[in-house]
Amino acid sequence: MQDVMPEKARLTKPSSPDVAVRIRKVTKHFGSGDQMVMALRGVDWDVYTGQMSLIVGPSGCGKTTLLSVIAGILDADAGELTVFGQEVTRMRDRTKTRFRAQNIGFVFQQYNLLPALTASENAAIPLVIAGWSRGKAVSRAREVLGMIGMGNKTESLPSQLSGGQMQRVAIARALVHEPKLLVCDEPTAALDHEMGLTVMELLREAAVRPDRAVVIVTHDNRVFHFGDRIAYMDDGAIRRVEERSNDAQPNSH
Amino acid sequence: MSWIALKMLVGDRAKFLGIVLGLTFAALLITQQGSIFCGLMLRTCGQITDITGADLWVMDPNVRFIDDVKPMIENNLYRVRGVEGVHWAVPLYKGQARAKLNTVDREGKRINVIEQVILLGLDDASLVGAPPPDKILVGDLGRLRKPDAIIIDNNRLAKLYPGEPWRTLEKEGNGFYTRFLGRELEMNDHRAIIVGVCEATRTFQSNPVVYTLYSRAKYFAPQERKILSYILAKTEPGVSPAVVAKRIEQQTGLGAASSDEFMWKTIGYYMKYTGIPINFGITAVLGFLVGTAIAGQTFYNFTLENLKQFGALKAMGATNFRIIQMILLQALVVGLLGYGIGVGLASMFGWANQSPKSDLSFFLRTEVVGAIGGLVLVYLLLYVGRLITRAVFVQASVVTTLGYLVAFAAAYRYMLQGVKGTELAFYCWWPVPLVTGVAVVLICILSSLVSIRRVVVLEPAIVFRG
Repeated sequence: MQDVMPEKARLTKPSSPDVAVRIRKVTKHFGSGDQMVMALRGVDWDVYTGQMSLIVGPSGCGKTTLLSVIAGILDADAGELTVFGQEVTRMRDRTKTRFRAQNIGFVFQQYNLLPALTASENAAIPLVIAGWSRGKAVSRAREVLGMIGMGNKTESLPSQLSGGQMQRVAIARALVHEPKLLVCDEPTAALDHEMGLTVMELLREAAVRPDRAVVIVTHDNRVFHFGDRIAYMDDGAIRRVEERSNDAQPNSH
Repeated sequence: MSWIALKMLVGDRAKFLGIVLGLTFAALLITQQGSIFCGLMLRTCGQITDITGADLWVMDPNVRFIDDVKPMIENNLYRVRGVEGVHWAVPLYKGQARAKLNTVDREGKRINVIEQVILLGLDDASLVGAPPPDKILVGDLGRLRKPDAIIIDNNRLAKLYPGEPWRTLEKEGNGFYTRFLGRELEMNDHRAIIVGVCEATRTFQSNPVVYTLYSRAKYFAPQERKILSYILAKTEPGVSPAVVAKRIEQQTGLGAASSDEFMWKTIGYYMKYTGIPINFGITAVLGFLVGTAIAGQTFYNFTLENLKQFGALKAMGATNFRIIQMILLQALVVGLLGYGIGVGLASMFGWANQSPKSDLSFFLRTEVVGAIGGLVLVYLLLYVGRLITRAVFVQASVVTTLGYLVAFAAAYRYMLQGVKGTELAFYCWWPVPLVTGVAVVLICILSSLVSIRRVVVLEPAIVFRG
């Protein structure tokens, strides 16, 4: 489980982090004619490994669109997107799907757990997609759930879990296949403040590793202090990027 | 990912049951209406299938179906006998007569009963066309040669003798019918004495069938100048009945057909000149449409409600192909369940309307083995194609095999016995379950196509929209 749950010492930002995601002049629009909305207007940004990068900004500023483009689930109109050296914008759909399955973990705002599956079965889904047998995948998922304090809920259905517990299962699902990039969309939006902090702490502890990049979209300013870098977006562009020192991290002391 | 697909499917019980019910309804309606249609069609030619032993039916060339009797002159019998390749030829009278009798009703009150009967006059010497020995429930065929003797079929005896304790029939079995031996009827002012009770295919009009001698039939039937309805002929060994039929037609100017040809000619007449096929066809099509609407709509709703989950799976790297496999597997499972339950219920319906009821034991006929074998083969292919796990393969095979055994037990047992003696014309001919299966497959394909289209064009980015 060492791979999934790095020690606290390993959470510290490496002295010279690698660029995990390179975004250059990425544009994206929705609709056409009078209805056309420019969601991204030539975004330039770098995401580094070993860091938790936050994308923040008001509603409708393009945060989620940018996250979707980074995750390879939405095609940009123009520009360049490189994830761990691979140019995602030029990948064919099939290659991109395989790339996502191998390299990207997802945490969704509404958890998106399958209601008919138990916690361990839900957490095992990325491994099943990767071709693992059901037994092995579920067994591995149980281990990961145990590591994030959900060991006693592995056989519970989503309907039997609280919001915080469901988000923990979603985090286990996002990490179970050891992805290089973790993308999280408003992971605390559906939770109360205290539970939101717990989830963010868990993400820092379990997800941030020297060889992994974590990108989180949030508008919850109470969790900004968890980020190593914060990109402030407005009107489809990143207006400012703020670096934070390790001292600001609640878990770094 | 098949187990995920199956868990998703059964996880939403209300929708799962809705889809299965829709398919069950469609399968039930198509099988039931199809079987009733086949039963009715079979009844139109019951007398043709009941008469065995002869290769050819010779008749007036303008006869269109069995009841369209156009009497011929007796000389035609000798002309047919003279045709090369005819081994023997015997006369057959077929007509309507009116049976009168004095009996008691259910309350024990004396009543006069007048009932239309179908009168069959068999060749005096050979008795060709008589029910085979295993169809004679009581009495003896030989006694037909006794004065005024008739053999009557058991189907409508209850109408002729309503006061008998019919409830005890199932308990007493065929012995129940011995009470009718020696009883007298009156037909065309002539006495007729029952010397036997036989089993006969119920006719379209459901009138009792009365067997007697050809020479005697003319006394029982209303006065007619010509009474030769049909000539039953046997061809010489090694000579093709089709060739002889052609010779008869050329040399005598009469019509000639094998039993099968005459049966299909009769069925063809009813198909063409009555509204029966259209009426049953409409009901079957309605069943198909309603089944498609219910199952399709519920299946589509099921997909719509799971759209975010499918989107999440796509985002996490599940390919369209794998998601299509999941949807098809879900469609296959509900299709098999709906089909099995629907056909089973239709069979039970047929059995419930059977009188007297046959037991539910059944014989391992090739069709049953084939049907179950086919299902297990489907599962095996799914297992080999890694669409389902071994556990799902074993469970699904055992459960559906047992379900189908029960369903087909009723259906096939019914097919063996039921069509002869039921009020309801219900004959589950083997193409009926086959057609039902094709209809259910079509419904599943249509339903899943709509869902598949929706999921294939689904952008995985949908999962990031709150």
